[in-house]
Amino acid sequence: MSDAATSSTAGSRFLWPAWTLAEREVTRFLRQRSRLIGALAQPIIFWILFGVGFSGSFALGSGKDAVGYQEYFVPGVAAMIVLFTAIFSTISIIEDRHEGFLQGVLVSPASRTAIVVGKLLGGTALSVMQAMVFLALAIVLPKLKLAPEPSWSITFLSGVGVIFWLTLMGLGMTGLGYLLAYRTDSVQGFHSMMSVLLFPMWLMSGAFFPATGSEWLRWVIRLNPLTYGVAGLRHMMYDSRSDALKNLPDPWLCLGVTLFFALTMTWLDVQITRRS
Amino acid sequence: MSSAQPAISAQNISHRYGDRLALDGVTFRVDQGEIYGLLGPNGGGKTTLFHLLSTLMPIQSGTANIGGYDVASQSEQVRSVIGVTFQSPSLDAKLRVIENMRHHGRLYGLSGTDLSRRIDEQLHRLGVADRARDTVGTLSGGLKRRVEIAKGLLHSPRILLLDEPSTGLDPGARHDLWTYLRKLREESRVTVLVTTHLMEEAEHCDRLGILDRGKLVIEGTPDELRATVGGDTLMVSGSDLESLAGKITEQFGVKPILIDGKLRIEHPRGHELLRDLIAAFPDDIRAVTFGKPSLEDVFIHHTGHHFWDEVAVPGAKKKKGARHE
Repeated sequence: MSDAATSSTAGSRFLWPAWTLAEREVTRFLRQRSRLIGALAQPIIFWILFGVGFSGSFALGSGKDAVGYQEYFVPGVAAMIVLFTAIFSTISIIEDRHEGFLQGVLVSPASRTAIVVGKLLGGTALSVMQAMVFLALAIVLPKLKLAPEPSWSITFLSGVGVIFWLTLMGLGMTGLGYLLAYRTDSVQGFHSMMSVLLFPMWLMSGAFFPATGSEWLRWVIRLNPLTYGVAGLRHMMYDSRSDALKNLPDPWLCLGVTLFFALTMTWLDVQITRRS
Repeated sequence: MSSAQPAISAQNISHRYGDRLALDGVTFRVDQGEIYGLLGPNGGGKTTLFHLLSTLMPIQSGTANIGGYDVASQSEQVRSVIGVTFQSPSLDAKLRVIENMRHHGRLYGLSGTDLSRRIDEQLHRLGVADRARDTVGTLSGGLKRRVEIAKGLLHSPRILLLDEPSTGLDPGARHDLWTYLRKLREESRVTVLVTTHLMEEAEHCDRLGILDRGKLVIEGTPDELRATVGGDTLMVSGSDLESLAGKITEQFGVKPILIDGKLRIEHPRGHELLRDLIAAFPDDIRAVTFGKPSLEDVFIHHTGHHFWDEVAVPGAKKKKGARHE
């Protein structure tokens, strides 16, 4: 039989489907201006308001190299952008699956792994791009004297490290969003999950404040996988002796947890997609 | 593959949603090159059966075979031989027509010039080539439907599954669709399985299965089905129908059924009965309509209720809204 449908090389079953789904994700995003505002502008507003608001009452370390709140909050806001982008790119699954684009995808012979990987990589690409836009802004503003001088060290290597790390975090967060969206049957349900699960997860990851509060809070932060994502990002941005890294988990532990989380989420996503 | 093997066969398929039995031991087969229609009211189980056959839901009990592959254990092979058009849109409204087609082609492993050629060919066939660069969201319902069908045909499937294909199509476009489906069948021996709740659409099928309350009530060509109804149909309206029904049975030995505030009588020589009825009960009868059996009559004959008899259809409530879109 000569029809393309019956040939099943790795390219036809995996690479093209995964690529096309990732591409669709990016195209859709670029067509929707409101999403740009939602996932990027809001975190930036947070960063400016909280940064200025807490600047008098917060300092990590002391002396000339002390880290002020505006600076402390930068990796946290980057994590928030990653999280929000993941949510926005997976929320469509809820409706897509039963009466939309995803129906057509699911009855195609594309490998289920390719479907998940395509969707996750698309969402991840958006996360990384937006977080990078924010980080560029956070680097430029102090140079224009619009924000306090930071103590991070920007080198080519740390830049590559940051992109790598954001990719890993994006994969984990998009994977989590996929799992929740696939299991939820209404957009409203997803919103409530977002406010009771995802937003607190971000709040208690060391993104918003360091793990120095009460004992129970410290435990929550320690058990939160996102903690290791945010901490890892700090490790990537700073010199290893910097005050900004005080009380953070070891970088290898961060890598282990974040990698494990991303892979587990991807695996779970493939499982639920297979079962549908 | 021998042509004796059916394109689609389903054996004793049952499906439950919690307590509700949506499909109850459905068995049927569709031969290669045949256009087979599943006719039934919304909520009768058509869409459930459609989702099972298109591999969207796991089969709970029974077996199904499509194109020589088992739907449960060889779903991947099944997916590569079927082209599916859903009732609800599966196009991305934010993307252009051509982008939707391209994504779809790639999901089937198509790429490069082969893909471009196929997209061009299908869009021309369905008469939407001039809208290729339009965003899907800006197209009318009928045009979207055509793109949807073009998309389902892109990978030249041997078997087409169409769920309520003429939803949102105007009569002209509906006619074109059926002309096209028949042409496809003749030129490429494509097998078509279509679900519908429209009687006139069912007339286009080679064979039909009537699906009601999860059961396949009867199967056959539209003519065979009509022949199962006892000849002509009379619908009698009047003031006191119940006593009239009794009197009719007494005098003529036929048993009228009360449906929708009318007495329905099937009779091989309806025109004679019509004359005799009016002569016998001139005061009880307000009006009588006489007709050759339609597929709707077939449906009523075999299910004992009206096609849109919502009360009798469990779970129809949810679907009801969809009809009023």
